[in-house]
Amino acid sequence: MRHLIALVGLVATLLLAGCAKPVDYDYSAFRQSQPKSILVLLPQNSSPEVNASHGVLSQVTLPLAESGYYVFPVALVEEVFKQNGMTNAHDIQGVSATKLREIFAADAVLYLEVTDYGTSYKVITSESRVTVNGKLVDLKTGQQLWSGSATASSAEGDSGNNGILGMLLQAAITQISHTLSDKSYDIAGVTSARLLSAGRPSGILYGPRSPKYGKEAE
Amino acid sequence: MKLGYKAGLLLIAGVLGGCMNAPKPIYSWDNYQDTVYQYYKLETGPEEQIAALKEGIEKAKAKDLPVPPGLHAHLGMLYSNTGHPELAGSEFEAEKVLFPESAPFMEFLQKKLKGGKK
Repeated sequence: MRHLIALVGLVATLLLAGCAKPVDYDYSAFRQSQPKSILVLLPQNSSPEVNASHGVLSQVTLPLAESGYYVFPVALVEEVFKQNGMTNAHDIQGVSATKLREIFAADAVLYLEVTDYGTSYKVITSESRVTVNGKLVDLKTGQQLWSGSATASSAEGDSGNNGILGMLLQAAITQISHTLSDKSYDIAGVTSARLLSAGRPSGILYGPRSPKYGKEAE
Repeated sequence: MKLGYKAGLLLIAGVLGGCMNAPKPIYSWDNYQDTVYQYYKLETGPEEQIAALKEGIEKAKAKDLPVPPGLHAHLGMLYSNTGHPELAGSEFEAEKVLFPESAPFMEFLQKKLKGGKK
């Protein structure tokens, strides 16, 4: 009986954590802009791991596209910058909105920053942690549409809500993408899914290619 | 122990049924993102990456799901880098047909191909 009560409690907590509507998040600029396509630029990296930017960049297309947006091919976009003499994230993220709109004709641009990546952030032995901050900006008006931050860690236990939800999310990802033996890259996949999947509290809104587009609660 | 296992299953069922709609992907992802990562890591050659993406396209057809945005364009870039501008051009065209949002960028790339630059 006591088990049952504990179980019901847990389920309730999980459901609440999973479905809670964004509190006080202002989506008015986002709704007004209605972006269809998103240009993701090479993330700034303030972690000590050199692979961090590319590890994260490789993983952001899935959550954004599954949320209903056209996502420009990330490597090809970077290649275009490279051919124009821009090789680092700082230079690339400094390109003006006018120039970006001219070349890519994207509706919005996503600026990312990786603050933790890999095992260097070591609290518990062999923990892999990836933290990413993101900011979505309208390319016509220059207005910020959304911003957020997410973290995932290999050390997340199965005790907290996030742990179980994270595992579910991870299971969903490994189901559709093959995992490589690179732990931080896998964790980056969970982080980007947490940060950039629509339908999560304070997350991005669904885009026009999603069946859930425009059906969110006001 | 057994009870813990059952509780775990129930929890998962509850969460899946309750809010997280069982993830039904819009696209057939297969190895697209991993191939992009390999492009950066330089551990496999471009020919292998091309083969992997082509396999992904076949799998998508078999599943009757579209390939993700960017896949054809990325494949086009790999063709261009390995000296196959015609093949690259048709991949950029394929991206444009599937995703009209990409049209201006794809035309920009096609113009570059014709200009003799990669």
